[in-house]
Amino acid sequence: MERKRTPLWELHKQHGARLIDFGGWDMPVAYPTGTIKEHKAVRESVGLFDVSHMGEAYLRGPRVREAVEQLTSNAVASAAPGKAVYTLLCRPSGGVVDDCIFYKRSDTEFFVIVNASNTAKDLEWFREHTHSLCDIEDVSDATALIAVQGPKAVALVDRLAGGALTGLTSFTFADATVAGVACVAARTGYTGEDGFELACGNADAPRLWTALVEAGGLPIGLGARDTLRLESKLPLYGNDLDDDHTPLEAGLGWAVKLDREFIGAQALRDQKQRGLTRQLVGFKIAEEARAIARHGYAVVDRSLGTGEAAVIGTVTSGGPGISVGGAIGLAYVPVAHAKAGSQLTIDCRGKDIPATVVSGKFYKRT
Amino acid sequence: MSTSIPTDLRYTDDHEWLRAAGTSWRVGITQFAADQLGDITLVDLTAKVGDLVAKGKQFGTVESVKSVSELYAPVSGKITAVNPSLKDAPELINSEPFAGGWMIEIEPTDKAELDGLLSPDAYTKHVAAQ
Repeated sequence: MERKRTPLWELHKQHGARLIDFGGWDMPVAYPTGTIKEHKAVRESVGLFDVSHMGEAYLRGPRVREAVEQLTSNAVASAAPGKAVYTLLCRPSGGVVDDCIFYKRSDTEFFVIVNASNTAKDLEWFREHTHSLCDIEDVSDATALIAVQGPKAVALVDRLAGGALTGLTSFTFADATVAGVACVAARTGYTGEDGFELACGNADAPRLWTALVEAGGLPIGLGARDTLRLESKLPLYGNDLDDDHTPLEAGLGWAVKLDREFIGAQALRDQKQRGLTRQLVGFKIAEEARAIARHGYAVVDRSLGTGEAAVIGTVTSGGPGISVGGAIGLAYVPVAHAKAGSQLTIDCRGKDIPATVVSGKFYKRT
Repeated sequence: MSTSIPTDLRYTDDHEWLRAAGTSWRVGITQFAADQLGDITLVDLTAKVGDLVAKGKQFGTVESVKSVSELYAPVSGKITAVNPSLKDAPELINSEPFAGGWMIEIEPTDKAELDGLLSPDAYTKHVAAQ
């Protein structure tokens, strides 16, 4: 099947990007700069990400707040206009349909950005569970999304917006004109750095991207996007979140407001009352161990026996800690092994590698 | 994307190159392979000098940011050298795959296996077909 292209595809080719199949999209995994330097550029300066493959939709209508209240684990519906809110979409079981950000424009209009690989599923979920309480407009195919991230990102975007974005605080958004292009500018991101995510019409995207490059932004591929988000312990749907794990198990309790009614609330209240049996933890592998634990590797306890009997958990994400050293990752483990400092053993392709549970983010910006 | 394929080497379908070095053959991975892997962060060469390896047997792994790949002996023989620089500088495989990024040297025990290696022309066609 022909891979889908974002409106910036031609520019990625011109930049010499290595393009790979990413959920049916032909996306830049790295530019000639290379993932390691791209990662460091975002930590030290400013990088640009084409994330136009993500899905976008508007939910509108006089009763849209009721619909949004049902869909979201976090307090989205009651948020103030102009707020961007991270939330989970849960199943009645408490499992996760997707994680996403809702942008409250007014009491009658919400904008939402969802994961690329889940766009069709999420839109179907919205239609099925809003019971005609609102109109849903899928604008994914008409909307481009550029993330500008790094310590120099805010100043760069603000300059191109003529200083209009100076007052925009973390997790707020505004309609803005950046480099002459009409966009929705949100002070959000997926790298652990400060910055903006800019949504604009497809036709304007190349002009906006080019202006951002000329202003000093370095194009960054999806390879570095993954290493950056992992260091900041930001979960990735399909790896760390899925139908079979709840947000409470994933350590996302802060985005779950259980004093409200929403799809999955009862199951989550029950789980909270029973107590968790497993938890998503961050782990670190020392540089000397010279190993990387990747998605799908087993966490084992050899005192329990051999083969499957020894498996107590699963690595959901893992890679080199480019800014923090060694290798890092996330794994679901029994709560008894989840405390900071706990020693884990990970079966890295037949070799037992020691890892240490660490609490909080691997990397925290100063 | 253009990729360098030196004309004085022999190649395998698995994107390894071989260069005659005395009675041994020096082995590495091609620029095409290194570019496909992306930035390499770890090299684990499990074969030691003096080991006998059979063609197709694993002699190590390379881990890039995104993936792990196994390295297979291109011919049967005795390992006569292992590149000591890769432990601390795995990035040599990206920056100079045909020079400082070499991995092992192997003294073939079955010279006929060398005839099965690809010429630069054949390897160029193999890459073009990827």
